[in-house]
Amino acid sequence: MTLLQPQPRGIPVPRPSVHSEKYWEGSRQHQLLYQRCAACGHIGLRAFTVCARCLATSPVWERSTGAGALYSWTVVWRPPDPSFKVPYAPAVVRLDEGVWMLSAVIGCEPGELHDGMRLAVQFHAISEEITLPYFAPPGR
Amino acid sequence: MPPHPFRNVAVVGVHNTAQARHLAGHDSASIALLGALGALADAGISPHDVDGVVGPASAEIALELGLGPCTRRPSALGIPSVLDAAALIATGQCDVVVVAAGGAGIHIDPSTTAPWTRPTNELVVGFGLFTAAEFALMARRHMLTYGTTPEQLAAVAATIRTNGHVNPEAVYYGRGPFSVDDILASRMIADPFHLLDCATTSEGGCGIVLVSAERTIDSPSPLWILGGASDSFGPAYAVAPVWDFRPQPDADTAGRVGARAARRAFSMAGLTPADVDVAELYDPFSFEVIRQLETFGFCGDGEGGSFVEDGNIGPNGSLPVTTDGGTMSFSHPGINAQQLQRVVRAAQQLRGSCLTNQVEEAEVSLCSNGGAGALFCDVILLGRERP
Repeated sequence: MTLLQPQPRGIPVPRPSVHSEKYWEGSRQHQLLYQRCAACGHIGLRAFTVCARCLATSPVWERSTGAGALYSWTVVWRPPDPSFKVPYAPAVVRLDEGVWMLSAVIGCEPGELHDGMRLAVQFHAISEEITLPYFAPPGR
Repeated sequence: MPPHPFRNVAVVGVHNTAQARHLAGHDSASIALLGALGALADAGISPHDVDGVVGPASAEIALELGLGPCTRRPSALGIPSVLDAAALIATGQCDVVVVAAGGAGIHIDPSTTAPWTRPTNELVVGFGLFTAAEFALMARRHMLTYGTTPEQLAAVAATIRTNGHVNPEAVYYGRGPFSVDDILASRMIADPFHLLDCATTSEGGCGIVLVSAERTIDSPSPLWILGGASDSFGPAYAVAPVWDFRPQPDADTAGRVGARAARRAFSMAGLTPADVDVAELYDPFSFEVIRQLETFGFCGDGEGGSFVEDGNIGPNGSLPVTTDGGTMSFSHPGINAQQLQRVVRAAQQLRGSCLTNQVEEAEVSLCSNGGAGALFCDVILLGRERP
């Protein structure tokens, strides 16, 4: 049995930018935030200043329910850096609000991963400042 | 019809330096310099006739060879740097341009994957993403959508690695031959990629010399740029690699990055995929070759797996691919040189000068760079006939 688990402290820590500070602040408070264009509702792949669709400059932060479905995944056995514990499962999750999230799946075995698998966000701190949003099967 | 934009641009020299796991005494700039000098020697042109240098080490090479005042363009990657060099000549800014790239002294900590494979962008670094995982996330969607199999991915790796096995200039010369079962038996790195589905790392340099057409009188076999273009959806390894991502409702998807570039390159050349005799495709991971074959129009969407399984990409197939062994076996010296090396190999094929896997009477070659996992893809078509 190989349960996929969150990474321990000691892995490389993301450095927030002026555009993403609010996202990481939300994560620290266990809130999954994303940006939506106030004018047309478009959602980008990350925080933005100009809407790629309607070119409005009025993105607003929204809170996701944290529920979504597995869209793509891999199971890593040779990490880029020895501080990562293997195996782990980087994944693209499609949130129910339509957001594409890059994350990792935990709380199940690699063999359980499948297209469309229902997932819910789970927060795990990796430093004082940074908490990562992982995804697990609901209730696990 | 207006004249072809690169009618007055000829490729007259190419060179690969020695390639090895480690080249003692070199850094990226010094091995790129050797690539430039080798390409100039191959062209029979004195370094002091150069009036333009293109590539990440362009300024260092200009100083080292005493070329100033000259044009320098720090263009990264392979195909874009060749197209930039061609544009310098086509627009009359330069007459003799050397494009050079190299990588050495970068990957020195064996406990980690190579530095260029693990960017520290904020949305990817905490989840342990690296290039193999990024490309795996794209490959997975293709497997789910079209039923592409690990055996089909392995067929690509076995073909390209065996091309390197027979090439005395390849870093992994003599390590094969490789079967599909050999690839599948290697340890898993990032599912579906086994170790042998992935590029290697090594050190080396290379160079290419381009001149204005008037100077080709000295060249026994000038080659020509028939077409070229580039596609990008954004920064590599900074956001989720989403196969179905469309920036606009009517845009092509990120999974098909390179489709527009190929269409434009073929249009500039007045050719179709059926005219290509040999494809020197960029092979960072086995799946990427299957994707490019579909994206460039050599087969239909979802047909790439059976195309490679049927033997089409072998040295005696209908479309020989990555005939020197590519990044999986020939060499992979970092970010730039192995991209430019696809163009070096295409030139060797068209001249008929390959030591191994020479495609008889090759007239047209397509080369590519990049891939879906990195959200960019470049295409160039070289030929023996002046456009």
